[in-house]
Amino acid sequence: MARTAKQKDSLKEKAYELRKDILRMVHAAGSGHPGGSLSSIDLLLVLYERILKHDPERPAWPRRDRFVLSAGHVCPALYAVLADQGYFPKKRLSTLRKLGSPLQGHPELGSLPGIENSSGPLGQGYAFAVGKAMAAKLQKKKWKTYCLASDGEHDEGAVWEAAQEAAHHNLGNLCVIIDRNDIQISGRTTDVLDLKDLKRKYKAFGWKTVEIDGHNHRLIEDALTYFTYQQDDKPFCIIAHTTIGKGVTFMENNPLWHGKALDDEELAQALRELDRKQRAKHLKRLLRSKGVLR
Amino acid sequence: MKPRPRNLTDAAKKWWLTGKESLQREATRQGFGRGIVAAAKQDERVYALTADLKGSTGLSAFAERYPKRFVDVGVAEQSLAGIAAGMASEGLKPVMASFAVFSPGRNWDFIRTQIAYSRLPVIIVGSHAGLATGEDGATHQALEDVALMRSLPGMTILSPGDGNEAAFLIRAAIKKGKPAYLRLAREKTPQLIKRPALIGKGSWLLEGDDVCIITTGSMAFPALEAAKRLWAKHKKSASVLHAHTIKPLDAAALERAGKHELVITLEDHDVIGGLGSAAAELLARERRAAPLIRLGVNDRFGESGTPGQLYKKHGLDAQGISSAVMRALRE
Repeated sequence: MARTAKQKDSLKEKAYELRKDILRMVHAAGSGHPGGSLSSIDLLLVLYERILKHDPERPAWPRRDRFVLSAGHVCPALYAVLADQGYFPKKRLSTLRKLGSPLQGHPELGSLPGIENSSGPLGQGYAFAVGKAMAAKLQKKKWKTYCLASDGEHDEGAVWEAAQEAAHHNLGNLCVIIDRNDIQISGRTTDVLDLKDLKRKYKAFGWKTVEIDGHNHRLIEDALTYFTYQQDDKPFCIIAHTTIGKGVTFMENNPLWHGKALDDEELAQALRELDRKQRAKHLKRLLRSKGVLR
Repeated sequence: MKPRPRNLTDAAKKWWLTGKESLQREATRQGFGRGIVAAAKQDERVYALTADLKGSTGLSAFAERYPKRFVDVGVAEQSLAGIAAGMASEGLKPVMASFAVFSPGRNWDFIRTQIAYSRLPVIIVGSHAGLATGEDGATHQALEDVALMRSLPGMTILSPGDGNEAAFLIRAAIKKGKPAYLRLAREKTPQLIKRPALIGKGSWLLEGDDVCIITTGSMAFPALEAAKRLWAKHKKSASVLHAHTIKPLDAAALERAGKHELVITLEDHDVIGGLGSAAAELLARERRAAPLIRLGVNDRFGESGTPGQLYKKHGLDAQGISSAVMRALRE
């Protein structure tokens, strides 16, 4: 797919903007899950910007692609992307987890435009996504179902149940993206419950699988675009290797940030780092476009 | 005065008046099987799902008639609920059937969040409920399912008294378009009810003067037999109120029931959290409600045996019920 350098760069800059939204949101809420939100934001951003057929003006447009968030705890990332896409005003983000807010601590179907499912209890959204994909197939609809699951979520037997269902029922219209940040609430996945070779497991389950760097926008887009082009009736799985807390040095790879809000000082420090990186990215693009930076 | 038959079929009325039994028998799961085929004929959005229990839950005819609208997910009750919810979110009207011990027993958490909380119109059908499951033993006798489902906001709970009522209720539940639980039994039971009441309404099967037996599901016939015995042996006149809807329980009917000398609830379920609890909650609001005794399984698990043996052991046959009533009246 042909893209201009400008588009590519603005996506990267936007990713910084959304990271800041996530951190501000969770800070204002005083609780939440910033780590996984930062590890999955690039996946969500590329999906909504480049792949998903959707229309924020018509959230119930029947022919839209469906996005099901199975790892409901990373909803700050989804809320940030939905607001950015125009599903609701950005100022609502600061109401996250507050009494009466449609931005529930974990997403609620029907509370907010663009939310396709209720999630939080792990492993459930996965089966729900299989149900959506099955409904599309049974009714011969063209739209596709995308589902974001976490790696820790794969401890749940229900995930493997649903993975078998998708393969058995030949749901080639389903794409599951796994945010493989190797960390879950109480530590490293290798220590808590080792998932071993996820790719081989999925292969053995009858899925088509690709493994990518989940922060590389180009690779994410290529993998997802490949899914939309291929005509296989195997379900499609993208194992996206990511870093928990990505973008903020003191948060990266630290299980502590799975489910803890930043205090005032930490937020200021994180925003300074993200601002600096975002500006550097912007200036690099500017200088390049003027031909003074090679 | 001898109890007067009300909403009973002609055959059941005759049985009541003359004692001659020529009642047709059908399991509620079979009635459900007829009802869902009829519903599917009228509405092409009706889909049936099962977890490897097509035949046992009464779905064979549906699967044969509508193979493209039938999904067997294998032995995977969590997926059953998750997939049904996903299908419902796309405008379909899924009916998911398994044994009550597994669904809602094993997948309650999925039902809670994906169906009830998400307000999606999935009908959950739990067959082989209660002691009447018989020989399979305690592991397969769901005695807690009503309690599990009553605690879910917005969940309607239906427990038909005979096959015809089951056929009626599945259609009514699909039409209603809200999450609902339909509780079915394995054993054949007599066709008794002339006109199934609407969802949320109780059916008066007998109108008596002294005591009121509130029954649900497959206990409707034992309730009538007990009423017969109470009149024949003790000249006690019993009303029988059949509550096919356990949630929401018919408050007006309960108020009327509370005006008797004694209220008895009768269910093939644990007395904790089932019909008895629901009735107690309503009667507690009445100023002068009659005392209540709750008959059912008393805070314990079932075991292997024929349904008849088990009902007898737990005091849920005509003799057990009538003696419990007389004991309570003497106290």
